[in-house]
Amino acid sequence: METAAFLMQAGSSSVYQEAVGAGGQTATSAIIGLPLMAAVTIFVLAMFVGFEIITKIPPTLHTPLMSGSNAISGITLVGAILAAGAGEGTLVQVLGLAAVALAMINVVGGFLVTHRMLGMFRRKK
Amino acid sequence: MDGETWISLAYIVASVCFILGLKGLTHPRTAVAGNLLGAIGMAVAILATLMHPSLKSHPQGYALVASGFLAGGVAGAIAALKVHMTAMPQMVALFNGFGGAASTLVAGVELMSHQPIIQGIDPTVLSGFLAGVIGAVTFWGSLLAFAKLQEYPAFRKPWSYPFQQPLNALLAAVVLVLIIRGLMAPLQVGIFWLSVILASVLGLTLVNPIGGADMPVVIALLNSYSGLAACATGFVLRNAVLIIAGSLVGASGLILTAIMCRAMNRSLWHVLFGVLGPGEDTPTEDQVYGGKVKSASAEELALLFDGARRVVIVPGYGMAVSQAQFAVRDLMNLLESRGIHVEFAIHPVAGRMPGHMNVLLAEAEIPYEKLKELDDVNPTMAETDVAIVLGANDVVNPLARTDPKSPIAGMPIVEVDKAKTVIVVKRSLSPGFAGIPNPLFAAPNCLMFFADGKKAILDLIGALKE
Repeated sequence: METAAFLMQAGSSSVYQEAVGAGGQTATSAIIGLPLMAAVTIFVLAMFVGFEIITKIPPTLHTPLMSGSNAISGITLVGAILAAGAGEGTLVQVLGLAAVALAMINVVGGFLVTHRMLGMFRRKK
Repeated sequence: MDGETWISLAYIVASVCFILGLKGLTHPRTAVAGNLLGAIGMAVAILATLMHPSLKSHPQGYALVASGFLAGGVAGAIAALKVHMTAMPQMVALFNGFGGAASTLVAGVELMSHQPIIQGIDPTVLSGFLAGVIGAVTFWGSLLAFAKLQEYPAFRKPWSYPFQQPLNALLAAVVLVLIIRGLMAPLQVGIFWLSVILASVLGLTLVNPIGGADMPVVIALLNSYSGLAACATGFVLRNAVLIIAGSLVGASGLILTAIMCRAMNRSLWHVLFGVLGPGEDTPTEDQVYGGKVKSASAEELALLFDGARRVVIVPGYGMAVSQAQFAVRDLMNLLESRGIHVEFAIHPVAGRMPGHMNVLLAEAEIPYEKLKELDDVNPTMAETDVAIVLGANDVVNPLARTDPKSPIAGMPIVEVDKAKTVIVVKRSLSPGFAGIPNPLFAAPNCLMFFADGKKAILDLIGALKE
């Protein structure tokens, strides 16, 4: 897959070195941060991949698609873990903890409820 | 390779899992595996993040993260396992909201520890504001959508207050000004939180006037926002997996929103800001129904199935409300045992979220091959002996085809009026969400069966067995 190949490149350590040198990054992002244009490129390509795949999903699966993609949007959990786990100060930690809990509801609830629904579609007499 | 490279690689694996997982959803056979793949991707991303060096230097951080996992995981699991299939729209709305709120909080925390670039626009600050604002709109909009779908008494009707649209425009303008102000150095986190508060109000006021049949559009749009918020957070953290996963969800929600709007022949702008009311020349109920509506009993209706060869069932929100899907399955089995071919016609906006009817019928173990889209079922309507409309109204209103001045003009409908006989199961002649009378009910080939959806189907089964 072209996208995957591109991502391999974008995630490689040489790019990461540039990013660290670029400055203007937040405390946690400074460690795995992508350069801005790499991030924009990934965003545009991912949108296209999304449009390509989603348009092929049949209407009968639109509700599981919503709950399943909803669970995927819980990926913000990654940011929440960094905020709660590496943050300094009580306020940051409290906000981080709240973010972890909320995102986790999203992730666990989303995948589980989708699994329940899809099980019904698979069932055959 | 060092640790951070491994983490980046794990994020790529997670991204590929998400993409392939969504691809699995393109067919019911592969969908379960696809969802599992998505979950595996998420687990990989979480484990990789836990290996992050910045966490290792904060031993107490792990305890915090673990307690968040426990609280959120248990709450999410209980909600997911307990929810009824009919309540799925509000459940999805709620989960959307939580994802949005998490993105807002993460953006806030990051901005609090951010060292901005002195000159020019700092992209990290801009993304942070966008994540915060979109996340807040998602959270409060979703909470209100949840309350409406749950039909809490206080939320049955929109709150009415003057100048709704101008106030929304003003709020949006102020949020925009705050974002621009926030981009100016030095970074003031207070401005961020102020913009989040105003965006929260905006989330409530935007969803407030929307209800009923427009709900699927709102849910799909909020779904998209939750993804875009995660994506913006990805720009704050410059993290590929957040950007990719967020974009996929954003694209998914946008496509569903577009499909729902097309299914109602309305623009997104009209759904969000337009008030749908009867057109000027819409005929009154008396003109349409006066003396022409025929109602029938279960016994009379049962006779219609003698010699019938093809039956199409059109479910609507009424089926969900009365939990009639299992009775419908029994009716289908009974008719098929008599050699009658039964199919279901699913309108895209039937119910309160995209695909709502499909899930309910799947719950009753009705094979998905029997669920037909408009383009497939409408050409077969003329050969259909009996069409049963169960708790649907606007989506079978022939005015959409015949009256260009009607508020639903041009909306694709299930053309049940072309069937030999139509049975409409409905509690009364009350109008649907569009607020207009339905000439179908007065058509010569239409018989009304005034009853609760589930009771009506059970009565019909009883009469058929006699």
